[in-house]
Amino acid sequence: MSKVFPKWSNALPLKIIVFLFILAAAVVSGVTYYATPNYTRVGYMPSQPVPYDHSFHVGQLGLDCRYCHSKVEESGHANVPSAGTCMSCHSQIKTDSELLEPVRASYASGDPVPWVRVHEAPDYVYFNHAVHVNRGVSCVECHGKVNEMEVVAHDQPLSMGWCLDCHRNPEEHIRPVDLVTNLDWVHPGGKKGQIEDGLKFVEEWNINPPQSCSGCHR
Amino acid sequence: MGSSNPILDEVKPAILKEVDPVDIPRPALVENNRSFSWITDKICGIVEEKTPTWWWVCFIIACAGASFTVMGLVYLVATGTGVWGLANPANWGWAIVNFVFWIGIGHAGTLISAILCLLRQKWRTSINRAAEAMTIFAVVCAGIFPVFHVGRVWMAWFLFPIPNANAIWPNFRSALLWDVFAVSTYGTVSVLFWYVGLIPDLASVRDRAKNKIRQVLYGIFAMGWRGSNRQWSNYEMCYLLLAGLSTPLVLSVHTIVSFDFAISLLPGWHTTIFPPYFVAGAIFSGFGMVLTLMLPLRAIYRLEDLITQYHIDCMTKIILATGTMVGYAYGMEFFIAAYGANDFEIFAFVNRAFGNYAWAYWIMISCNVISPQFFWFKKIRENTALVWIITIFVNIGMWFERFVIAVTTLTRDFVPSSWGYYSPTIIDIFTYLGTFGLFSVLFLLFLRFLPLMAMAEIKVVTPQADPHNH
Repeated sequence: MSKVFPKWSNALPLKIIVFLFILAAAVVSGVTYYATPNYTRVGYMPSQPVPYDHSFHVGQLGLDCRYCHSKVEESGHANVPSAGTCMSCHSQIKTDSELLEPVRASYASGDPVPWVRVHEAPDYVYFNHAVHVNRGVSCVECHGKVNEMEVVAHDQPLSMGWCLDCHRNPEEHIRPVDLVTNLDWVHPGGKKGQIEDGLKFVEEWNINPPQSCSGCHR
Repeated sequence: MGSSNPILDEVKPAILKEVDPVDIPRPALVENNRSFSWITDKICGIVEEKTPTWWWVCFIIACAGASFTVMGLVYLVATGTGVWGLANPANWGWAIVNFVFWIGIGHAGTLISAILCLLRQKWRTSINRAAEAMTIFAVVCAGIFPVFHVGRVWMAWFLFPIPNANAIWPNFRSALLWDVFAVSTYGTVSVLFWYVGLIPDLASVRDRAKNKIRQVLYGIFAMGWRGSNRQWSNYEMCYLLLAGLSTPLVLSVHTIVSFDFAISLLPGWHTTIFPPYFVAGAIFSGFGMVLTLMLPLRAIYRLEDLITQYHIDCMTKIILATGTMVGYAYGMEFFIAAYGANDFEIFAFVNRAFGNYAWAYWIMISCNVISPQFFWFKKIRENTALVWIITIFVNIGMWFERFVIAVTTLTRDFVPSSWGYYSPTIIDIFTYLGTFGLFSVLFLLFLRFLPLMAMAEIKVVTPQADPHNH
């Protein structure tokens, strides 16, 4: 039999196997890092038509979340305010600011300001703001410290696994209902105190977060 | 037997002084005293000859057939699973029937390669390669149906327990998940077994190759095989281990497929006889398919010396045995239903035989129970045309068995107001018929490019390999 392959090809199978292992490891770690909502959503920070600064209005002036997102305790949907809400102050303050031009135009015409949506649950997910807010889930749990954001950015992955983390262990994330919009609040007793109180709230408020498919995918 | 005691000399010992071995000749597994080189030339010649015209004709027809499956699946993905005839109450229809049908076909391959190897049934050598190829291609065809039944095929990886951002896992208590493991293990082990068996023969083709491209391609897949003693002894050990590993698979795969039905609570499905009865049925249909494929090949390539009447006898007898077992199971289902005195169970079986789908039930009985009984007769076993026709009936019958099981129970569920009649849509029919095209495409490619019999193993069972009659 004549030689079909040169001598160096003897090492080739081993090299190919090693290469495949490295490739597999790279693909797995690449997918784990880059292809989950942790990477694809967190940090999303679109520029808005009006550079509304939450850190100034909420953090420094002390507006409550519900001053603008007024229906969050009653409605499944947390509303974005109409220009009228802005104009309740800005008819007096900074009336000729160029940055506020879209707000005044919206107020005059009735067409909404074209805000760019930051947090968006897929169509097949049913999420109700009111039930969460009324059972002590703070805004900060899902939206992060908006009171410190100059431009609103996506803070949490909002993946299904992330939702289930809380649905499986709600005691770690609920607080007295009157503190829901206090984004800086942490339990004074630390993690231990949070869980003790959390378990008490779960018991008293009969919190039973759905974990079945149809709880959220209706 | 000299002894000093005269009395003892009178006693005739109960042991014969010498033993004359009775001369019962075993049928030769390779007839006409063929030499080793004849075998090599014959098998390699099939891959080396110019592509015959009939091959092209069959290949083009098979491709056209396979395109039906492709079109059916494209339409399904573009439109949704509603294009199949599934609707309440029959949410399982042709898809599961076809899946079980194809998986069952594959079983003969594993049985021949694993169990017959361990039992040292030498007649397996001239059919095992093609049967294993058949197994793999059948698994490919089977896999299509559950994968596309999920609707959004690109999410089919959800079938496997892979950690994901949704923090959900498949239901480990579901037989459908066990199926995923059973079938993927089965596919993997079958491919390994097939490939390991191919290595020495690929090396033969490589060594006979006339041009560089063939030499390199077959050389790559022969993985440097030289046929040294050391390689052979490692190879034999590896082959034996694989045979041991896949032996449980022969039983486990179809057992788990039967669990899809048996662990539910529906009358007609919820029976303990399902696993053995499904395994017997699978081997039955698998051997049917082996004969359906091998008999034409034997005629086309003039392989009568390698696939002898003895081989056909062995396979038809297995079909007869497993067919009778299946028939016994059909009878036993009725007995258990009557003996168990459960109204719903009795209804389910009476409905099977005399209800809406009685036509399907009696097709099943005549093909599966009656047609193999002809194999009791030597005259029929020796008539290849008749054997071939009966094996076709066997496979028709086994398809109808799965259809009867899946559909009769579902269309007559617990609430009479929801009773219905299931019919497939044209898309169902085209997708299924197309899988025969796909199977044929794969099998024809196998015939063209790989040695269809295990040359090295056949040489071992020739009379020449055993010159001292051990």
